[in-house]
Amino acid sequence: MGVEGIGARVVRKEDKRFITGKGRYVDDIKLQGMTHAHFIRSPHAHAKVKGIDSSAALKMPGVVAVLTGQEIVDDKVGNLICGWAITSKDGSPMKMGAWPAMAPETVRFVGQAVAVVIAETKNLARDAAEAVVVNYEELPAVADVHAAIKSGAPQLHPEAPGNQVYDWVIGDEGATDAAFAKAANVVKLDVTNNRLAPNAMEPRAAIADYDSAEEHFTLYTTSQNPHVARLVLSAFYNIAPEHKLRVIAPDVGGGFGSKIFIYPEEMVALWASKKVGRPVKWTGDRTEAFLTDAHGRDHVTHAEMAFDANNKITGLKVKTYANFGAYMSLFSSSVPTYLYATLLSGQYNIPAIHAEVVGVYTNTTPVDAYRGAGRPEASYLIERLMETAARQLKVDPAALRRTNFITQFPHQTPVIMAYDTGDFNASLDAAMKAIDYAGFAGRKAKAKADGKLRGIGMSCYIEACGIAPSKAVGSLGAGVGLWESAEVRVNPVGTIEVLTGSHSHGQGHETTFCQLVAERLGVPISQVSIVHGDTDKVQFGMGTYGSRSAAVGLTAILKAMEKMESKAKKIAAHALEASEGDIVIENGEFKVAGTDKAIAFPMVALAAYTAHNLPDGMEPGLKESAFYDPTNFTFPAGTYICELEVDPGTGKTSFVNFVAADDFGRLINPMIVEGQVHGGLVQGIGQALLEHAIYDASGQPVTASFMDYAMPRADDVPSFNLSHTTTLCPGNPLGIKGCGEAGAIGASAAVINAITDAIGKNNLEMPATPDRVWRTIHAA
Amino acid sequence: MSTVKLTVNGKAVAVDVEDRTLLVQLLRDHLNLTGTHVGCDTSQCGACVVHMDGKAVKSCTMLAGQADGASITTIEGIAKGDELHPMQAAFRDNHGLQCGYCTPGMIMSAIDIVHRYGGQLDEATVRHELEGNICRCTGYHNIVKAVLDAAGRMKVSQAAE
Repeated sequence: MGVEGIGARVVRKEDKRFITGKGRYVDDIKLQGMTHAHFIRSPHAHAKVKGIDSSAALKMPGVVAVLTGQEIVDDKVGNLICGWAITSKDGSPMKMGAWPAMAPETVRFVGQAVAVVIAETKNLARDAAEAVVVNYEELPAVADVHAAIKSGAPQLHPEAPGNQVYDWVIGDEGATDAAFAKAANVVKLDVTNNRLAPNAMEPRAAIADYDSAEEHFTLYTTSQNPHVARLVLSAFYNIAPEHKLRVIAPDVGGGFGSKIFIYPEEMVALWASKKVGRPVKWTGDRTEAFLTDAHGRDHVTHAEMAFDANNKITGLKVKTYANFGAYMSLFSSSVPTYLYATLLSGQYNIPAIHAEVVGVYTNTTPVDAYRGAGRPEASYLIERLMETAARQLKVDPAALRRTNFITQFPHQTPVIMAYDTGDFNASLDAAMKAIDYAGFAGRKAKAKADGKLRGIGMSCYIEACGIAPSKAVGSLGAGVGLWESAEVRVNPVGTIEVLTGSHSHGQGHETTFCQLVAERLGVPISQVSIVHGDTDKVQFGMGTYGSRSAAVGLTAILKAMEKMESKAKKIAAHALEASEGDIVIENGEFKVAGTDKAIAFPMVALAAYTAHNLPDGMEPGLKESAFYDPTNFTFPAGTYICELEVDPGTGKTSFVNFVAADDFGRLINPMIVEGQVHGGLVQGIGQALLEHAIYDASGQPVTASFMDYAMPRADDVPSFNLSHTTTLCPGNPLGIKGCGEAGAIGASAAVINAITDAIGKNNLEMPATPDRVWRTIHAA
Repeated sequence: MSTVKLTVNGKAVAVDVEDRTLLVQLLRDHLNLTGTHVGCDTSQCGACVVHMDGKAVKSCTMLAGQADGASITTIEGIAKGDELHPMQAAFRDNHGLQCGYCTPGMIMSAIDIVHRYGGQLDEATVRHELEGNICRCTGYHNIVKAVLDAAGRMKVSQAAE
């Protein structure tokens, strides 16, 4: 490992611009002649749009246009799509209700846009929006999944009778029933996985700029995957052919999944820019983010686990109702199916699993992938079940887990996934040691003497990352391949540009990706720059989500580097009059092994571009590209243990200690990996203790600002004690598994297991607010 | 419309703005100082924190006119040329930022915290004082480390001055 190579704690190259206020986010960009958009959004959860009167608004100062849903439909802008086809157990395709970018006839959630005002300034657009009169005819609405599937419930879409999107199954029902018939013990649990608002700190924004002479659009947008955005806008929404649409995602202020999707606002901004002949900018405010950014989670589940007389798990049955909100967002269909039920085996040998997932429409904001996307729901369910089982079977929770750990790899689960490697005992051992698990009973007794209820809870999570082998996901219904691309451009003076289809919105790619180059060539990272986020600069790539950018994106860079190095070695060998096979790369030089003959890398680069003396038949230049398609998912896993105290008088939870032992395979930059874990853990803790996107029975959102939705703040959470146990991933040459979502996947179960341990009652839903904990303690 | 006269990062400026203009809009839209961000519109998240006459304020929650005659310092104004403010350096060295969006407000709040406590800070105090700044990326762990680190650095640099 060099000082800047793989495994080094290199401070981030990108930080200087962020700490000096020079970051460039979408809202920081101004274009000549730019107008400003303000959307008129439904205040009703379900209503007919009977008419829109914009005559008064159009007379107001600075108003350029008021455009409506009917006009965007008339102009044949396509309806929003869902890119993963799921088939119900009866063989029928999922039921898709039409989702126009602005509603011409019917609104189905509070915040759905019906029209947009375009004006000279943001304030003038807001003023004019107040003067647009929309005549609604309210319809009955439904926000809760159980209410939505009852007969007689308000119906959202004619295409989806009973508000059902699909009824999907996985696993072997007969084998699972047989396991339950023979079970010595059965453990049952009902859990709700609370709806969350992703809340990246930068609200979504878009600037669209149409050039009528070139018939060309440029879109600046807050996207995690600008090429996917361009593809969808072009192929499905009829905005422009791909070569006439440039999508730029500059600095993006957090995503957590919510900026994967292509939203109505980008579509409208592009369409409106052509309509008004000027650039159109839209920047959402926080309440718009709560109303329109795809939410996460929102599952209601009943599960049963069968055990034999030796406490070995013999079967698992799961039935989940997933609330999709009012429309199917871009990847929503895959989240409670292939990203959830395929992880229901957890870290355990479970011979038979059967899961059924019913997707349900409700009059709420659409739900899609949010940090972890299906895997937190699976991990939470399994780890709550294991804790419940340990309590019911009266065994130590760690011992019950060890009894059932998978220890032989590869391991084929009954739910598609084939785990490639891991050492679950190692991470459990590390976490138990770090928190002094053996000493807990003494600490609990001491806390009791102080009037506090102390609890300890663990969560042994596994997830599937490195998304994903294209052929495999294609066979499961995905509409896209999930490879990644890279291009390595060596300049004539030997500096290097790496163009990647991955996108960084906080992950630090501009540093970690350079570390790979430094590792291979021995050049300082200051000589390398990472180019991403612009479809005019970078070859098609799939973007960043699902903890894929190191395992897939960095591997693509490795493949391109290998090609470039191979050509560079031929040039060096020719210059040094040596055999190509004898050339080694060390400290920025190409050397003839075992001699003092060497040529510096910049001289190799220069030779490639002067082309005065290249091997016969070699093309000039030094630039190579690669597309890498993974062969399997990767399987990060680990154990989180949380120790906390509950004040029985108030129900308030205080953390005592929180330890994490993760196996992410090889780490490129441990400092950045730790940062990813910290942030993920707090999102998991936030779900467990604070966060809940709440709707009342009529579909009105109750939590649509930071005044009402409890975001984790610095004094709500502890500092963390992290460690790593490593098994290298055999599926990619760097041995990387991915680290971006683990914290959010594993933390919530550890917290709820610890609180329920402290209070001695097992049934407690998230978020475990003081009020809810107090009521649970004092319930009869 | 009114003319607001104020000093921003050491420079005197006079800006004609609508009376309803917020301080953050004056900074971002009129002076192109886009390092100050808007994250919530309800005075909760602190992405908009700047210093007014040396004290941290939320620039999304005051009118530009209320800053008439005041001295404003933004994230763009705290480094001395290429020399970072110790708080900026501490955020970088401790990996106290990821996406960078909350960072300017965090740094401006943190400097104010260190000043108010004369550098005498512990973890619990820093966590309590950061109540008005929300970060979604870092889980606060490294932000707290950075503020404590910077408190030490600022004491040293003050002693040297």
